[in-house]
Amino acid sequence: MSILAQATTAAEAALTAADQKSISAAGYAGLAYGLATLGPGIGIGYLVGQSVQAMARQPEAAGMVRTTMFLGIAFTEALALIGFVVFILLKFV
Amino acid sequence: MGATMTSPIHVDSDAPEAMIARDMVKKAAIIGPILIIAFGFIWGVHGALSTAYGLAIVVANFVLAAAMLTWAGRISPGFVMGAALFGYLIRLSLIFLAIWLVRTASWVELVPLGITIVTTHLGLLFWEMKRVSLSIAYPGLKPTPASKESTSK
Repeated sequence: MSILAQATTAAEAALTAADQKSISAAGYAGLAYGLATLGPGIGIGYLVGQSVQAMARQPEAAGMVRTTMFLGIAFTEALALIGFVVFILLKFV
Repeated sequence: MGATMTSPIHVDSDAPEAMIARDMVKKAAIIGPILIIAFGFIWGVHGALSTAYGLAIVVANFVLAAAMLTWAGRISPGFVMGAALFGYLIRLSLIFLAIWLVRTASWVELVPLGITIVTTHLGLLFWEMKRVSLSIAYPGLKPTPASKESTSK
């Protein structure tokens, strides 16, 4: 057990400050991307659910509802894309 | 309610998602060269190539979303729900994959690529939203699809 602990300590010591910074940046970037996709997922679910309900109640307005639904989905998705771009920039630039 | 949920959505004209996606492709063809030249001036040839790649990702994302929703809409409204949510997941994964695969390529500049994806996505959407809101507010201004014009003549 003590050999394992010594090996871990040695490995940690071998990591430079830059490595540790890079590891923590990757972790935070992943967290940011995960959080950024969570909100739009909930938003799209709610949006499409309401749109389907509207289409079921008023089938003659389906065309208009689908148009606004598509735009709504794309706008909501933009949030996830922004999160993704932030993740990419934090991770690789 | 149950019968309505399983019956296909009847839309009198061409699928709205497909029309929006086509319109966005046309608009991307207009702003694309301007953006590529502008970012090419700032980041060089690699920047221009990355901008073109980002633009292609955004356009493919819109076209894929429209195709999936149109296909699902023909089956049933309940299916639209699944297509929208799983489509979101699939498209995000594809975008991730598309960037992950080229991240170390020599011609890729990540900053213009990221800026292009965000600005083009939002810019095209706002531009399209303006057209859609105008056509809803003033239906007389909405252009007739070419197929309808030819059949009416």
